[in-house]
Amino acid sequence: MKADMWFLYENMFRSRLFEAKVIEAWKEGKISGEMHLSKGEEAIVAGTVLQLQDGDAMALDHRGTAPMVMRGVDLVLLFREFLGHPNGLCAGKGGHMHLFSKEHLAASSGIVGASGPAAVGFALAAQYVRPGKVALAFFGEGAMNQGMLLEAMNLAMVWKLPVVFICKDSKWAITTLSASVTSGSLVERALSFGMASMKVDGNDVEAVWNTAEEAIKRARAKQGPTFLHATCSHPEGHFLGDPLLRIARHPVKEMKKVAGPLLKSVTKVKGGSVIKRTGGLGTVTSLIGKTTKEQVFDQKDPLKVVRSKLETDKDRLKKLEESVNEEIQNVVNNVLTSSDLKK
Amino acid sequence: MRTMTFADAIEDALANAMAKDERIIIMGEDVQMIRVNLFTRFGKQRVLATPISEGAFVSAAVAAAMAGLRPVVEVMLVDFIGVAMDAILNHASKIEAFSGGKWNVPLVVRTACGGGYGDGGQHEQSLWGWLSHIPGLTVVVPCTPADAGGLMLSAIDHEGPVIYLEHKLLADYWLDYLGAGGRKTVKYDVPDQGARGLVPVPLQPIPIGKAITRREGTDITMAGVGVSVHRALEAADTLEQHGFSTEVLDLRTVSPLDSDALCKSISKTTRLLVVDEDYRDFGLSGELAARVLESGIHFKYDRVCTKTTIPYCRDLEDHTLPNTKKIVEVALGLLKL
Repeated sequence: MKADMWFLYENMFRSRLFEAKVIEAWKEGKISGEMHLSKGEEAIVAGTVLQLQDGDAMALDHRGTAPMVMRGVDLVLLFREFLGHPNGLCAGKGGHMHLFSKEHLAASSGIVGASGPAAVGFALAAQYVRPGKVALAFFGEGAMNQGMLLEAMNLAMVWKLPVVFICKDSKWAITTLSASVTSGSLVERALSFGMASMKVDGNDVEAVWNTAEEAIKRARAKQGPTFLHATCSHPEGHFLGDPLLRIARHPVKEMKKVAGPLLKSVTKVKGGSVIKRTGGLGTVTSLIGKTTKEQVFDQKDPLKVVRSKLETDKDRLKKLEESVNEEIQNVVNNVLTSSDLKK
Repeated sequence: MRTMTFADAIEDALANAMAKDERIIIMGEDVQMIRVNLFTRFGKQRVLATPISEGAFVSAAVAAAMAGLRPVVEVMLVDFIGVAMDAILNHASKIEAFSGGKWNVPLVVRTACGGGYGDGGQHEQSLWGWLSHIPGLTVVVPCTPADAGGLMLSAIDHEGPVIYLEHKLLADYWLDYLGAGGRKTVKYDVPDQGARGLVPVPLQPIPIGKAITRREGTDITMAGVGVSVHRALEAADTLEQHGFSTEVLDLRTVSPLDSDALCKSISKTTRLLVVDEDYRDFGLSGELAARVLESGIHFKYDRVCTKTTIPYCRDLEDHTLPNTKKIVEVALGLLKL
């Protein structure tokens, strides 16, 4: 099926707007702990999740918002869950990192790599009770060094399971550059299991759709799992309040907190040699510089990419955006003005 | 003495120890940023960033410890230790016994624990009871800056594997990293005496396996570790207004447990209230009861612990974790018996 760019954009836009409200709520302190956004991953999620059918499963990581939004989970329930509302999707007990929807066969985990074996299990069950259905596993490139994920990929091949392993590569494992802790190429890793492996620009939803379509088709046809390697960026960093991004965005204010102790470390009597110390200092400043460059200035926005293709019909675009805007505003109003909300 | 934060005291202990002993290395996820000062001072040979591969790097740390290093391996949050559990359960804890006492594993596993900042049940567990269940492991849980630094020094010096648990409400950088994220719009109930306090200069090692009485009393003993100690101290103030005198025992080390200090206190007060942020069933709270029973003391007992998976919702979470109000209620019930 040819990708319907309007449909894809609408879903990506809905997710982005929904998360804009999530950001506001987080900043206002209505969301208590960490907040990992899907922002920047919308094209990857839209290009895959929007091809799912009833009975297909999703194993999600700590960035489950966009997959849940695009799978059609009730946004009021979802927003309530983020606020810890007793009538939220998971009764306020899961929060954004632990989103579950049994009717959508969608399960999240905050443990890195856990989505791999979960998708294998969903796919295994599908073979018995839902033939022809598939399971998607979402994870970051950092998870590709987690044993359980690699074990799951092997298992999926050995049992020829209908899994699509979707690696969302942002290049950063929290504040560590993944390249500095990862050997070899991820696609070649997957290939070495004998698995069909494809690389795709995760900012281009059309490309993701086309690649995923082939992978899902293969899975449904009992031809086994596929590995999709999709590049993306996280404009809000690893999570809201990401310390590297804070420094990158407010260098004067935030570096003050860091610089003093750092200087002390360099000048302390015992420790590494001067070369080692300045080397360490250099690594730190270069990491901050890299974040500034990649996450603040260089980001490619998957929404802009697809929107530019739709600008030929400005009226339709305007109407679509207004309508989604209104929808999200209604969701937020519904949740925030509801009388049973304690916060 | 000088005033330090809980987190700085740990870092100071590590820096001092690393300057004296080149065999000490730090490894773990993101450590070159999280331990940026140690990384800058000691370089990448001593502060090793790992991939997200807990199974591999914790297991490797066990063998590295056997082969001459003294690794301080960081598992970011204790919840993630599940992924590395085989290294701890079947290897680190077993080597000394299996080798007939001839081979030690001088390893520190440093990991953040505890809740109270709304991060949900996969990031806020305590798990010291679960870990202490395994013979061959030492498990320490400091609750003041002086103990945080002092227990780290002892953990590094210890010849066997030590699990070092630092509570996220006490370690300010964790709370900012995982909780506030630079926001001023969120409030957490941080025990002031735990997050910041007087620390001896130079830092003094705190002996492993030794509890400390944080408050003397005659009517009831409250025992616990970590943030629970501070909650017990707050409750003790309230109980005083009711005319009751509370002794608060900070166990500091869960395994090996200081049974002597516990029994001594209970024989005086004849009442034990365990305040434990860890899960209630099959854990520290039951173990304390068993120890006192085994000693033949007649006493009255109750406990305030975490009974369920920790909910994400802050209100529900506050009701789930031991809180001062609940401790006072249960203590008053016990005092009437």
